[in-house]
Amino acid sequence: MTEHDITLTVNGTEHDLTVEARTLLAHALRDELGYTGTNIGCESSLCGACTVHLDGEAVKSCTALAVQADGAEIRTVEGLADGDELHAIQRAFQEEHGLQCGYCTPGMMMTSVELLKENPNPTREEIREGLEGNLCRCTGYQNIVNAVENAAESLRSGAVADGGTVADDPTADDPTTTDGGESK
Amino acid sequence: MTIESVDPDDVTAADILGSAIERREDPALITGDAEYTDDIQLADMAHMSVVRSQYGHARIEDVDTSEAEAMDGVVGVYTHDDLAREDTPGEAPFNLPVGWLLPSLNDVDHPILADGKVRYQGDAIAIVVAEQRYQAADAAGAVDVSYERLDAVTDPDEALSGDARQLHADADDNVAFDWEIGDAEKTAAAFEDASHTASIELTNQLVIPNAMEPRAAVADYHPGTDELEVFMTSQNPHLHRLLMSGVIGHPEHKLRVKAPEVGGGFGSKIHHYADETLVAWCSKLLDRPVKWTATRSETYQTDALGRGHETEAEIAMDDDGDVIGLRVDTRANLGAYLSTFAPAVPTYLYGTLLSGQYDIPAIHGHVTGAFTNVPPVDAYRGAGRPEASFVVERLMNRAAHEMGMDPAEFRRRNFVPDEAFPYETQVAVVYDSGEYEKPMDEALDLLDYEDFRDRQKEAREEGRYLGVGFSCYIEACGLAPSELAGQLGAQAGLWESSLVRFHPSGTVTAFCGTSGHGQGHATTYAQIVANELGVDYDDVEIVEGDTDEIPHGMGTYGSRSAAVGGSSLVKSARKVVDKAREIAAHSLEADPDDVEFENGEFRIVGAPDRSIGIQSVAEQAYLAHDMPDDMEPGLEATSFYDPDNFVFPFGTHAAIVEVDPETGEIEFEKYVAVDDVGNQINPKIVEGQIHGGVAQGVGQALYEGAEYDDNGTLLTGSMQDYAVPKAEHVPEMDTASTVTPSPHNPLGVKGVGEAGTIAAPQAIVNAVTDALEPFGVDHIEMPMTPERVWRAVDASATADGGHDPEDGTADGGDR
Repeated sequence: MTEHDITLTVNGTEHDLTVEARTLLAHALRDELGYTGTNIGCESSLCGACTVHLDGEAVKSCTALAVQADGAEIRTVEGLADGDELHAIQRAFQEEHGLQCGYCTPGMMMTSVELLKENPNPTREEIREGLEGNLCRCTGYQNIVNAVENAAESLRSGAVADGGTVADDPTADDPTTTDGGESK
Repeated sequence: MTIESVDPDDVTAADILGSAIERREDPALITGDAEYTDDIQLADMAHMSVVRSQYGHARIEDVDTSEAEAMDGVVGVYTHDDLAREDTPGEAPFNLPVGWLLPSLNDVDHPILADGKVRYQGDAIAIVVAEQRYQAADAAGAVDVSYERLDAVTDPDEALSGDARQLHADADDNVAFDWEIGDAEKTAAAFEDASHTASIELTNQLVIPNAMEPRAAVADYHPGTDELEVFMTSQNPHLHRLLMSGVIGHPEHKLRVKAPEVGGGFGSKIHHYADETLVAWCSKLLDRPVKWTATRSETYQTDALGRGHETEAEIAMDDDGDVIGLRVDTRANLGAYLSTFAPAVPTYLYGTLLSGQYDIPAIHGHVTGAFTNVPPVDAYRGAGRPEASFVVERLMNRAAHEMGMDPAEFRRRNFVPDEAFPYETQVAVVYDSGEYEKPMDEALDLLDYEDFRDRQKEAREEGRYLGVGFSCYIEACGLAPSELAGQLGAQAGLWESSLVRFHPSGTVTAFCGTSGHGQGHATTYAQIVANELGVDYDDVEIVEGDTDEIPHGMGTYGSRSAAVGGSSLVKSARKVVDKAREIAAHSLEADPDDVEFENGEFRIVGAPDRSIGIQSVAEQAYLAHDMPDDMEPGLEATSFYDPDNFVFPFGTHAAIVEVDPETGEIEFEKYVAVDDVGNQINPKIVEGQIHGGVAQGVGQALYEGAEYDDNGTLLTGSMQDYAVPKAEHVPEMDTASTVTPSPHNPLGVKGVGEAGTIAAPQAIVNAVTDALEPFGVDHIEMPMTPERVWRAVDASATADGGHDPEDGTADGGDR
């Protein structure tokens, strides 16, 4: 199997690694780099549990190849909070009981962050449509919709000191903060 | 209404029970810090992949492993023959046991690797262990299996017909069991006396649970100590330990089963499957850690299915509209083998609920279990109770129509009256408590029911079809008193165990044998324990899901955790308080009978200034410098709580839908859920459980169904083909509660995990048939896809000569 040397910058930390051509980005993040917050639910782009931001855009890391992400900036759920300060979307999911088993939650939040970047004041219907690529089997979605509304309001009102940077570029992250990866 | 979350810091221990505090589980889950099974990486860990049957039914002629064995990174390839070898761990027969026996049960062999025959697509044939995940998958693909294909059967009626190919040599005509409940003669007499009857034939389709986290296991054998650790996606680690110990012949006390964070279960992670057991066997064989994680395709092919009933049912009424009899015949699909609790699901969890919320003087239920070439069918959220409620509530709709009565009022007149509790049904259970009119009244209010019927009429005049459907469900949960369970065939007790331990510093760890996987037990159990002990919520830690840490346990399923596990925690906490009272009395130089306990303080009655806090007592108990005579040091207590009875939550769900007869599309206008789950420990979590349960019920009603072709090949084997509802498919839910405490347990709780799933499907089907009444459509099978709805409308129109309902000639069709 052909192997490739690639560089992934994850939550501001640069990692050099060698992967097979077929290695999925999700497996590279989880198995090679230890960013296990990104969950895999279907290996087929359908459930959205593995959603991460690749150069600022939400992608399903179970159907992206790690080699495709060579040189890219990746943001995972471990990079959502700013140090101890939770992102508005994280706080909203907790306040609104927008999660139960938590397995879909990282992907759901990553998609929600992008959704709010595109549309800072979505209607409930727009939120439901915007989350069509992410499945949740526990919550019935109602509290997820509440959470996204809640986060939208926080972000619009600027009430969130620093988590209001939904549109931020992961390169702006402070590389000295814990990035969630585990050294191998 | 939406319940507002509360910050736990704003609530005292005295007020914390019943408070909608935010969950303490969430910080780890929203930051990626939580550890699920597949997150576990151990040094020198190998990976297992399973070679599965491509066919629904076949004899295995040959398994050629040579190519796979020669591949890069492959450690070994193993078949049934390797299990039985003398130089590999364990002893034959390597069969998975069934945990619930019925007198007529054909307890067929269920080998963990196929022994010459495969009986469903996905049945395990061989396993491959390799150094890396992808290598194991590659090598599994290179194992060459030669099959002699056999005719398959997937429908229970066909399986039982006498014409189908038999799956198991010792199960004639594919009969797994033949079971009945109630009084056949008395019921027949009721039908003879009846002035009106109504009947229905229906299918309750097979569904796939679809927990978001696929099943997974990591096993780590330590040869030096002979200890075998298995981290796995489990709803009941102690039960898995016991069963696994027997299958692979590893002593129970040297086997640790731990459930790390578990990403949903809905029943699918109760059962004892081959795969997790094989991981443990491999680790023991190879003396190194081994991991297996199911792909989504494997979960579709191997997770135990739910439902799968074919039913004919009829109901008898007297002149006044009182129900006087109910008769049900069901053929239940059990799949290829008997899964762990499978025999209980279509029998004791189904037949015992056939009285619904109604006072019915004669009931008879007959169920035949069928072996078919689909994966084993077992408990899925609700497990038997949704199937029962579906039959009863569809029949009640038919009956109301037959009587020309309003469906809500017809139900109301037949409710078990408040003063009749505890109420003994004709199907062997005693309902603990209930006030069935309250949720119905609340639901009617939320629907604005009177106004709705006017709107419905006006809409029909405009050619728009609105309908309302009710579901007055009953549920039995809090499984169960062990003695009763044993009489019914359970091969396990159904108590729950806990340990409440004060530390010398005054903080508390409480261990409970249930095993949450999204239900928020770490929060709700801490609310219970903090309240009982009168200590700060933050001073209480909850531990679940690890056989090494928790003395014993039966796990989380059947909405039993709060009622049985929570009650066990209360029992342990009260034992701790009893001991602490003695120590406090000794310290206060008073008689224990003169010492009262309130809000964490022991006080001498009549001398309130003389007091000592329970956390100080804990310190004294561990210092043990000055204890009462003959009292042991330390402050902790273990208990086994065995409930007196099931608990019976109930409620009324109702849907208003609009159906487009031209396209078959169904739109929700309103979904109302009024549930009585007894006292609520955390209303926010209760509401969340209802939401999630309803969504799964909506899924079954409108979207989901496991479909197999005639060969037993799964046609809905991915999330592309099997419609797990998305956010836009689930209606906004209007939720409300009534509270009728259960008299059986110290918390007065009933159970909430399954209520929504039990209630929702028939509310939606009843609404759709109400909407389409002008077309004479009175039944549509689930899932009610637009095509099925359209065909039902089309068929009715054709049957009655194609009358347009708007021309006034529609007569309701033939029913």
